[in-house]
Amino acid sequence: MKLTLRVWRQRGADAPGHMASYEVDGISEDMSFLEMLDTLNEDLILRGEDPVAFDHDCREGICGACSLVINGDAHGPERTTTCQLHMRSFDDGDTIDVEPWRAAAFPVVKDLVVDRGAFDRIIQAGGYITAPTGSAPEAHATAVPKADADFAFEHAECIGCGACVAACPNGSAMLFTSAKVNHLGVLPQGSPERETRVLDMVARMDEEGFGGCTLTGECATACPKGIPLPSIAAMNKEWLRAVRKGPR
Amino acid sequence: MSSYAHHTTGEPVADTKAPQGPIAERWDRRRFEAKLVNPANRRKHTVIVVGTGLAGGSAGATLAEQGYRVVQFCFSDSPRRAHSIAAQGGINAAKNYRNDGDSVHRLFYDTVKGGDFRARESNVHRLAQISVEIIDQCVAQGVPFAREYGGLLDTRSFGGVQVSRTFYARGQTGQQLLLGAYQALSRQIAAGNVEMHARTEMLDLIVVDGVARGIVARDLITGEISTHYADAVVLASGGYGNVFYLSTNAMNSNATAVWRAHRRGAYFANPCFTQIHPTCIPRTGDHQSKLTLMSESLRNDGRIWVPKAKGDTRPAADIPEAERDYYLERIYPSFGNLVPRDIASRAAKNVCDEGRGVGPGGQGVYLDFADAIRRMGRDKVAEKYGNLFDMYERITAENPYEVPMRIYPAVHYTMGGLWVDYDLQTTVPGLFAIGEANFSDHGANRLGASALMQGLADGYFVLPSTINDYLARHPHQDAVDDTHPEAAAAVREVRDCLAKLLSVDGDRTPDSFHREIGELMWEYCGMSRTEEGLRKALARIPEIREEFWHRIKVPGSGEEFNQSLEKANRIVDYLELAELMCLDALHRAESCGGHFREESQTPDGEAARRDEEFAYAAAWEYQGTGAAPVLHKEDLVFDYVHPTQRSYA
Repeated sequence: MKLTLRVWRQRGADAPGHMASYEVDGISEDMSFLEMLDTLNEDLILRGEDPVAFDHDCREGICGACSLVINGDAHGPERTTTCQLHMRSFDDGDTIDVEPWRAAAFPVVKDLVVDRGAFDRIIQAGGYITAPTGSAPEAHATAVPKADADFAFEHAECIGCGACVAACPNGSAMLFTSAKVNHLGVLPQGSPERETRVLDMVARMDEEGFGGCTLTGECATACPKGIPLPSIAAMNKEWLRAVRKGPR
Repeated sequence: MSSYAHHTTGEPVADTKAPQGPIAERWDRRRFEAKLVNPANRRKHTVIVVGTGLAGGSAGATLAEQGYRVVQFCFSDSPRRAHSIAAQGGINAAKNYRNDGDSVHRLFYDTVKGGDFRARESNVHRLAQISVEIIDQCVAQGVPFAREYGGLLDTRSFGGVQVSRTFYARGQTGQQLLLGAYQALSRQIAAGNVEMHARTEMLDLIVVDGVARGIVARDLITGEISTHYADAVVLASGGYGNVFYLSTNAMNSNATAVWRAHRRGAYFANPCFTQIHPTCIPRTGDHQSKLTLMSESLRNDGRIWVPKAKGDTRPAADIPEAERDYYLERIYPSFGNLVPRDIASRAAKNVCDEGRGVGPGGQGVYLDFADAIRRMGRDKVAEKYGNLFDMYERITAENPYEVPMRIYPAVHYTMGGLWVDYDLQTTVPGLFAIGEANFSDHGANRLGASALMQGLADGYFVLPSTINDYLARHPHQDAVDDTHPEAAAAVREVRDCLAKLLSVDGDRTPDSFHREIGELMWEYCGMSRTEEGLRKALARIPEIREEFWHRIKVPGSGEEFNQSLEKANRIVDYLELAELMCLDALHRAESCGGHFREESQTPDGEAARRDEEFAYAAAWEYQGTGAAPVLHKEDLVFDYVHPTQRSYA
């Protein structure tokens, strides 16, 4: 396959950016999208040009590092991570636009790399269960109904990639935040901190500059792990419940 | 007489920290003998932790909970991205919830035997004891393990064992355990007890008067070189499988932290012990940048086979039952498809070498779920393995519910690593290594679902107990700073290396060298090894190194975000580590576990150990680039599990 890539280039956080065009040839449909970018970068290095910076690590769809907007879609045309997108999803001769996540809360570091530290700070605000090492009771001391365990797992699958924010016209992090709130809130182990968790995480989310949610649903459509849209409604319910319970 | 002419053998190295006495009492005894640090004094001690995977994340969180000041580093943008996240199948624990005959002693026995009698008994027993506490800890943190309808935890079986002791969270157990540790670490970061440096890579160890006192690190965004000082340094930086270029490791997993610590005096043990995982998706072409694992748990229900006839190119569905060879079930009837990884990998290689492999190039075998789907129904199979099936289909464009998966072995894990004593301390006082970074508890072959167990055992329970003893005995009074000659020298060497990489301006990319050394290692130091091949590799590696320093091309500068520079700098270390791996493989003229020397096999083609000569861990002392290292042997004594020829037939 022969392709034309139009790639966002930006030297640093404060530098101006632009779309640059590159031709790549000899692309196999078995290549992953990132392997196609590897091919471009090998050429750029040999030509003495600056290769395109992009985040990637496990390349098996679980670490959440890769983060490209491809032809306007977070992670591209398939519902998966960028690293699991293969070139068989494209046609010979295509022109493909490649951009970083675009959101006020995710400033560009370089080219296609953004800073997602805001996600870490939302977790730090309360996305945990306080259980210092050594303090745990026997694992079978508390049974967890299978339906609750499955619900927790479904939300715990979030990989923190940020596609939900990139896809949202408001740059909202509601899906990310709700996934953790719901994972921990449904478990008996997580119930003592159920109210403080949702209040603190939502407050932090707002402080980080993420937009509000208007239920467009783009987040859940882009999510490579299928975190469901009702997750947001469940978090809103949790938040209201916590607020109504009164001062902490 | 050693078969390698150029290395020398030094004094034996001994683990002086493991207590004597009955094995089941040793861990209690050590914890009692270890000195403690008064809780009020802990905040005066700083501990550096490099890495945020299962071992590093759990250690950082736990040390901070205890009151120590922790300064932690990871090269990713977030501690949540460490490669532990990709572990799929599960974590072992001797809970015996199934009432199927499991016990701490059986997990200990299985692990020593699975490791082909090249691990230290006292460490392995401790690991088995702690395994049960790990499950308790993780459940308390909210790790959503799979559960039965009654609300209790579900388990499954893994290779090399006949009990069901593997706890799991669908095919994402590593992710869920890592997020548990990451969340505990996040709580400590928010509390101000952990100073977290993301996108920052350790490039050297600072050793002052023979004691580890800090590290040199590079900010990967700005390129700034910084120094960090502490009372102890913990390396939790993972394994070195990426020396092979193609492996199941993440793209950025690397050996730099452990190798540079080795250069500063930490012995490197059993570097040739590499795990080749039997069930990975075969490669499709030269563009391949990494290989993807298909969890060993699939062998619970999938059946492995190849055609009986050579060169049979019919589609799998057209090959009648009578013309299929379920070779693992045939050769190893008691363990069947669940033999240990090293055995399953070699068997796959053998049938492919015979010309019976399937798929492009004949480099593959079938992993077939047709029987499982008939027995359990498609929905039940999807519930157990759905995400793995989806991943397989995404990569190969084949639907494993309809056609059998094709799999082939790939480099997955390294049992070797920095030599540590029972306290997990290296030969450099004050430097500890945990998780895959140490030479650990797995001997010559790690059993499935034991890496997560070991990483969390080290991080949550072992290190936070043993490091107290070191800190209590070494209350450092003298502050070290950048003016200290040994610190200044470390910074200078880091800067010089980066400057040299940028100045060569040759005509080859970092990846081209990585690929070259990786292919050489796979060919001569991979699934099966010979003296002749290893000697060839040892002759070739210095030539590649020479060429590297004349032809490498790294664009840009060191004062910016420069992924090519990061990569080239890691290859510098692979080019030395590869040589040590080959030397270790050459000197160990026996087969054991994942280390298969063709010269040493049983009449059936199984690994033949030579216990009289090689019942030791080989700890290597660095002597300089290209200079033969000094071998220090740690004799392994087996008081509880008598070494026998492993039998899974």
